[in-house]
Amino acid sequence: MPSKVEKWKDDVYGNEIREHLLEFAEQGWESIPEDEHDAWFERFKWWGLYHQRSGQESYFMMRIGTPNGVIKPGQLEVIGDVAKEYATGPADNPEFGDAYCDWTTRQSVQLHWIKLEDIPEIFDKLESVGLSTQQACGDSWRNIVGCPVAGKDKHEHIDAWPVAEELNETFKGNDDYANLPRKWKVAVTGCDEGCGQGDINDLAFEPAEKDGELGFNIRVGGGLSRKEARLARDIDVWVPPEQAADVAAGMSGLFNEYGDREDRFNARIKFLVDEWGPEKMRQVLQDEFVDFELETAGEDMRDQYTYNSGGNEGHDDHVGIHEQDDGNYYVGLNVLVGRMGADDTLELAELAEEYGSGEVRLTQRQNVIIMDVPEENLEDLKSEPLLEDYSPEPSPFMRGSIACTGTEFCSLSIVETKNRQVRYARWLKDNVELPADHEDFHIHLSGCTASCAQPQIADVSLRGMKTRKDGEPVEALDIGLGGGLGEDPRFADWVEMRVPADEVPGAIKNLVNNFKDRREDGETFRDFVEARDEDTLADLVEPEETDYHDPYMHNTKMTWYPYVEDDDMQSSPAPTNGDGEPLPSDD
Amino acid sequence: MTTDVHQLDDGAWISVNDSREVNVSDLWLLARSDFCDCETTDFLAEGFVKVGVDHPDIEARIAGQCIACGASGITDWLTVGRVVDPKSGDFYGVVHESVHFPEKRTRLARTAD
Ligand code: HEM
Ligand code: SF4
Repeated sequence: MPSKVEKWKDDVYGNEIREHLLEFAEQGWESIPEDEHDAWFERFKWWGLYHQRSGQESYFMMRIGTPNGVIKPGQLEVIGDVAKEYATGPADNPEFGDAYCDWTTRQSVQLHWIKLEDIPEIFDKLESVGLSTQQACGDSWRNIVGCPVAGKDKHEHIDAWPVAEELNETFKGNDDYANLPRKWKVAVTGCDEGCGQGDINDLAFEPAEKDGELGFNIRVGGGLSRKEARLARDIDVWVPPEQAADVAAGMSGLFNEYGDREDRFNARIKFLVDEWGPEKMRQVLQDEFVDFELETAGEDMRDQYTYNSGGNEGHDDHVGIHEQDDGNYYVGLNVLVGRMGADDTLELAELAEEYGSGEVRLTQRQNVIIMDVPEENLEDLKSEPLLEDYSPEPSPFMRGSIACTGTEFCSLSIVETKNRQVRYARWLKDNVELPADHEDFHIHLSGCTASCAQPQIADVSLRGMKTRKDGEPVEALDIGLGGGLGEDPRFADWVEMRVPADEVPGAIKNLVNNFKDRREDGETFRDFVEARDEDTLADLVEPEETDYHDPYMHNTKMTWYPYVEDDDMQSSPAPTNGDGEPLPSDD
Repeated sequence: MTTDVHQLDDGAWISVNDSREVNVSDLWLLARSDFCDCETTDFLAEGFVKVGVDHPDIEARIAGQCIACGASGITDWLTVGRVVDPKSGDFYGVVHESVHFPEKRTRLARTAD
């Protein structure tokens, strides 16, 4: 039997949701019939709107999909303006203030505290500069990710940007692929560093050469969610760039036809690849979904991949100043946990105009890049005050930190994430020294097993849990080690479970010190972990209280907002009307 | 009206008649369960896998783990609340911190998704 969500999607889904959404917005929050809330909130996701968690009813998270993380000249200013004007809620965040933008691990933009009533105005503003929230969430083609400096990179073999752009144009708003069994995540990589992270996407295009021609090998069925992490699997297909869209259409058509619509937990294509195996995937694609002969795989470049490979080589996270292939430079700035205040965002837009071409790009490590800076502008740009907070030369603990949304807004979360990770990074920077040859050290914190912060591919993986301390329930984290991508990607080993959140910085400090004492000359952290079994590793992680103070130990999910004085669920002002005034709630 | 129950947002919460009623991330104490070897399982709810109605009970099978011993898996059916009067549809949640007894289903009830 098709799931309930499938029934709602049968009634209304895809582009047509927009007119309903705009009409509800016109009439106000209370015009959504109470017995249709669940159905409409499920559908609104397709237009990039996700109803926030319990205690925050009537407020939405809004996601803007920026393909390949490319923010064209003129767009960032509008994003900053929209954040400043509309993304303010009933309470401030103590680290980030009252309005901010999140740069996400899939190169998108996320805003919070959006009111339904403001959506028509927001859509007008975004669309006036070519931005869109379409398909940013929901069961369809999601934002396409790729190498963030595609088209400008010295390491590039194929310009991946026109391919990503073509896929975006072909599949955004395309009714044939609007209602898939589940989300559909695609990555396009064109460089030999591997920074598209294809291995953890549903469909990956990876650079490969066949008979002297450059194109892409295809992998299918990667993903990290639940405790079911999978790497995308090689289906032995090569395509030239001009046929990339046809193969993508075939593959998403196959998913449309054969994906599981009865059980959403089993719907992602990774489970179909498990069931069929790569040979059958290829065969069905060939027989039923493309009308030309598929080529077998070409010679890939995976042995050159440096991105998140633990080797501390290559441009890796794109932070810092790097030369482009046209002689200009790109300047990658570190944004701690990917969150930037609206005023800072507007300032960044100005700097990008003044010193570069106005184009800014987002990375899959929640950072931003100012593009196209001529050499003669570099010194002046470097001395801008904004770069003190968003540095091109950050501490490894600052640049390596990624955190998901967590209990601040997310229904699935178990623990507080972003503010905690900010405090972790600052403490680690002041108290722990990595070996000098480790400029990069990745610590990813996800509030639950959905793994939006991609914890399984970090040096230190942190995942939300709970435990008891002196009998009282407290927020805790599972600790995993040694994950990463590269030629041979590897998911982290979970070695120490349910560590109270205030003992995690001490655990990382002890781990780093043990690593420094025991490593062989030049041994990387990842190799060090790979060479040891789980028990040995567990002994090297020694959780410990330190002078680090954690203000979020107290089950933040049970508050309406974790950072306010009166955080009791009953004190929530939500739901509110379009002016933010409390409405009587249903219960 | 019939009581309308489903899990949403990947099992993040249970909706009863279009109202969010039961959330993940709470701790439940489970007794006499074979979930793990602990005398009472100190169970962290991480996701609602199945929900159903066995009038007047609203029941769920929940994915999660015992935070005392670390065993993880899916519980048998647990009563998470009641809708006593289907006409009004009002939901009364159970107190999750008190002790609960998961049951293997012996009779058929209506499951939903
Ligand atoms: C309100 C905030 C969010 C919610 C409720 C949410 C929900 C989820 C859920 C339910 C999953 C797992 C199920 C599945 O794979 O379909 C998931 C996975 C994931 N989400 Fe999110 N998410 C949120 C924010 C984000 C953000 C901001 C990003 C970055 C754009 C993101 C990126 C990812 C990634 C990379 C994965 C795991 C990889 C995978 O399996 O594909 N999520 N999210
Ligand atoms: S990892 Fe979990 S807690 Fe974090 S944003 Fe994703 S769904 Fe929410």
